[in-house]
This record gives sequence, C-alpha cells and structure tokens, in this order.
Amino acid sequence: MSTKASRSAARAMISPSVLLLLCWMVVPLAMTVWFSLLRYNLLMPGAHPFVGLENYQYFVSDPAFTDAIVNTLLLVGGVLLITVVGGVLLALLLDLPIWGQGIVRIMVIAPFFVMPTVSALVWKNMFFDPVNGLFGHLAKTIGVQPYDFLAQAPLASIIGIVSWQWLPFATLILLTALQSLDSEQLEAAEMDGAGAFARFYHIVVPHLARAVTVVILIQTIFLLSVFAEIFVTTNGGPGTASTNLTYLIYKESLLSFDVGTGSAGGVIAIILANIVAIFLMRMIGRNLDA
Amino acid sequence: MGRITLDKVSKSFGEVEVIPPLDLTIDDGEFVVFVGPSGCGKSTLLRLIAGLEDVSGGEIRIDREPATHLPPAKRRLAMVFQSYALYPHMTVRKNIAFPLRMAGLDKAEQDRKVEEAARVLNLTDYLDRRPGQLSGGQRQRVAIGRSIVREPSAFLFDEPLSNLDAALRVGMRLEISELHARLKTTMIYVTHDQVEAMTMADKIVVLQAGRIEQVGSPLELYRTPKNVFVAGFIGSPKMNLFSGPEAAKHDAHTIGIRPEHIAASTTEGTWQGRVVVSEHLGSDTFLHVHDTGLAEVMTVRVDGEFDVRHGDSVFLTPEPDKIHRFDAAGLRIA
Repeated sequence: MSTKASRSAARAMISPSVLLLLCWMVVPLAMTVWFSLLRYNLLMPGAHPFVGLENYQYFVSDPAFTDAIVNTLLLVGGVLLITVVGGVLLALLLDLPIWGQGIVRIMVIAPFFVMPTVSALVWKNMFFDPVNGLFGHLAKTIGVQPYDFLAQAPLASIIGIVSWQWLPFATLILLTALQSLDSEQLEAAEMDGAGAFARFYHIVVPHLARAVTVVILIQTIFLLSVFAEIFVTTNGGPGTASTNLTYLIYKESLLSFDVGTGSAGGVIAIILANIVAIFLMRMIGRNLDA
Repeated sequence: MGRITLDKVSKSFGEVEVIPPLDLTIDDGEFVVFVGPSGCGKSTLLRLIAGLEDVSGGEIRIDREPATHLPPAKRRLAMVFQSYALYPHMTVRKNIAFPLRMAGLDKAEQDRKVEEAARVLNLTDYLDRRPGQLSGGQRQRVAIGRSIVREPSAFLFDEPLSNLDAALRVGMRLEISELHARLKTTMIYVTHDQVEAMTMADKIVVLQAGRIEQVGSPLELYRTPKNVFVAGFIGSPKMNLFSGPEAAKHDAHTIGIRPEHIAASTTEGTWQGRVVVSEHLGSDTFLHVHDTGLAEVMTVRVDGEFDVRHGDSVFLTPEPDKIHRFDAAGLRIA
C-alpha cells in the first residue's frame, strides 16, 4: 500500500485541500494582524496610517480587558467543572439498566441540538425572568422575593446556560467511555474486596481519564469563544460583569467601529487560546498517548 | 477450609432456566474442572459460586458456612478471569497489591506479600511494568498473583488459558497444576477443552445444558462414561459411536469404541472400510475410515509406521472388552 508511487500520488491528491485550508487560515490571519497595526476606524474614513502597536496598547490598557480575561477564564473553568462532574454522574445513572433507556438517553442529549441563541432566549425569558420566569414563579409560591439572575449574578447565570448546553456532550462521551469498561474488571475488583466507592475511584475514574481529557480539550476550544449566550441575555453587562474576550472584541470592532483595536483584540485572543492549549496539552495531553 | 457444597442450586434468567437444581460437593484441596460445550452453564455455575450472580434457588455453603447471600468479597474466594481483568492503569505491583490494599493491610506487609507472590510466579523483573507491556502468559501470571496474595480458601478459574497460543497453553497448564500441588488449595477450573480437564483435574464435572452429566476422576470418565454424551465428550479423538445391527449384536442400542481400542490391518479384520484421510502425527496416525457400514466416519488410532493412503482398503478389529454399550435412552449398560 505504501510504495513510492502510491505515496507521491497520495501527496499530489491531498495537496489541493491542504493548499485551500492553508489559504483559508493564513489569509484571514494575515489580514487580522495587518489591520491590528493600522489606525482603522469606520467612523473616521480616509487614510489608515500605520501605527505599530498602539492598538494593542489601547486594548490591553482598557480596564474592561482585565475583566474580560477573568470572566473568560471563570466561564471556561466553571462550565468545565460543572459538565465534567455532572457528566460523570449522569453517565453513571444512564449506564444503569432502566426502563425506557433509549428515550431517556435521547432526552438527555437533546439540549445539545438546541442552538445557543434559542437556548439562551429560553433561559432568559422562561426561567430567569423575575416576572414571567419559572424560577420567579417558584420563588413567589414559597413566598420569597424573586431573584433577578441576569442582573444580580450575570456571569453565574451564563455559566449555567452554557453548562446546560454542554452537559449532554460530556455525558455522551463519558457514557460511551463507561460502556467500554470491561465488566470483568469491575467484577475482579468486587472479588478483590473493593466496595462501590472504591470500585468507582480505583477502576472507573482512571478508565474515564482519557474521555475526560477529550471532553476538556474540545469544550475549551468552544468555550473560549462563547458569544451568542452573552449577546442574547446580558449584552456583556451589567457594566463588564459578563463580558468575555470574544464579546469585548465584538464591542470594539462592531459597536465602536474600531477595526484596528478589534483586530488587535483578536490577535491577543489567538495568543491566549494558544497559551491555554499548550497548558492543557502539557497537563492532560499525555493521557492521550498509549 | 475450602470445602464448597452446592445444595439444589438453580439459576434462571427471566423465564429461561439455565441451571436446573443441582447438587455438588467439592472437597478441600481438590482440583475440580467443570467441562462442557459452550453454553452449558459452566461459567454461570462458577459465577454463582463466586457470588457474581445471585442464585435463583438452593443453597451454597463454603467451609460449612452458608454463603448463598454473602457478597463476593466476603466469600474468601479468588477468581482468575478469561480476560485476566487486570487493571490497565496500575503497575503489576499495584495490581497484585490491590486486594491487600482493599483489605487495609499496612504498606510493608503488602510489599512483602507482593514480592513473595512475584518470586513464586517469576514476575519479579516485571513488577513496575503495566499490563499493556506484558505478554499473554505474563498477564495470566499477574492475574494468578493477584488471587494468591489474598490466600483464599479456593481459586476459581474461568477459561484462563483460552486466550493463549497453543504452546503457552501447555506451559501454563503445567504451571497451574504445579501451583495446586504446592498450595494444596481448592481450585475450580472452567474449560471447554477436555484435554485441559483430563490433564489437570482430580475430579471432572461434565455439564450439558446446566445439568451434571457425570462427576468422577479423569480415568473414571474415560473408562466408564455414564452416558453417550460423556462418552463422546471425553477422549481425543472422539469415541466412535454408532447404532444399528452391529450394536444389536451386543444387545445395545448404541455402542461406542475409542479410536485407540481398534486395531487396523490391511489384510484381515472384523469390519472393512476405505481410508479417506490419514493424519500423521509422527508417533501415531489417525485414520478416518468411511464405508464401514457402521458410523459415517470411523476414527482409528494406529502406529505411526502404519502406511496407508487415501482410498486404500483397511480392516478394523475392536478390542472386545473395550466396547461401551448404551441403551435407547443413552445410558450405560453395565
């Protein structure tokens, strides 16, 4: 299968797609980097003079920048924590032989198919709203003042919405991992005197390590760029309480029409994402070997 | 210690009864082999004894104590699984130490026992490897090591050699037999391979469809099979079984004669047939003879020097006192 001829043929065959992908990535990236070095504001038509790193300086020294970084990390960390822990527990539950297993599994997976904008609207209007929301009604029935989630705990509320969306993904991956665990290993551990908790801790958790790694890596990529949920619910507010990096970039380039600063923010976001990726790969990537 | 009694033990999965009530006593220090074709319930029976399945009826006693409702960990039994069921993320040392750790032994004691087991099983050089880096035979030994450190009152083996290649299988067979000779602990061994059963067992339990067909020493089963099933199952190559006029001559519905109890000749004999295949093993030759008018194929074991080819005519003479007779229900006629 791997003669000299077949290898060069393979190279020739994949080169168009490689080239296409390269252009697809390199051209926008180069344009972003270029724009970030220009004074380029749509409200000030005319020349776009080269200003070096001024945009970066401006973006980083903005007090909203620090808030956005902290919010981004809190959002990613919070959602990861909830989805991984919740996903393991749900997967354990779904792995039990219950009546109507197929339907239950489909229902658990369903939130993943709801698009972010829709689910954020549903949460905002039907659950979190202090007047019309379900939680508000519940609070009133037990005689408590309704809590305005999006105003008083905006970031936590968004973490809740995003977790609700990603929990099915984590559950699904972890459930399949759980099902691939050799039942003889659990039986062997049972005979070796391990109780239910010891079996979970010593056999199930190490077995799930690789699946958890996959969940964390994939989710991190998507969670760094959460946007629709914030846009639909809080618009990054109150103040900057729920502004993450993606939303800040949006604000700079499309609300302030400042393409240069927005591009600088984009480049910073790329660098940060890569730093996070390197850390993640270092910390947990070795689980993917073997 | 190590005496296991099954009293009318039965097992059903829903409507399906896989094991009708059966009685069995396994004495202390015995090497008992459960043998039977696949799906005969031998593994289920082992799992009932281990406590990995709940019995549907009857009682299990271990060392005269009722154990029917004890959880597996409390039965003081150790099991070696078909897949070995080693913990892939732990080193060999941790695998072997796992039951000791669960029992809450202190670290020094754990290490001492692990080292000792590793020495006995020639695993000392591999203690810091993971199961993925070991060969099939070594994994098998780790699984055995994990069970001996617990000093159980009986070992349960569930087809432990079926994942090994032929040469290793013979080696491990010897090792397990030696282990039994040294530890003198009760061992229950499940296999579908009658050669393993014959070579290792003190006592063989032949099972079919969840029923015990016969219990006895290997030679007892070989010499006096209780029924047609046992007669056909024990012995390799299989016993020739046939009915018809030749059987009627011996006042039986079915008669059986083992390949090694038939003499072959190119000149004279009781029955005549045509050689279809002759399998030369060097020391012996197995002839598959057709057209004898008895069974469709008669298997005969002859000396390795006996020279016949495909299509040759051959005469067969049974040893008269080695003919097994069975009645219409398939039971042995004494």
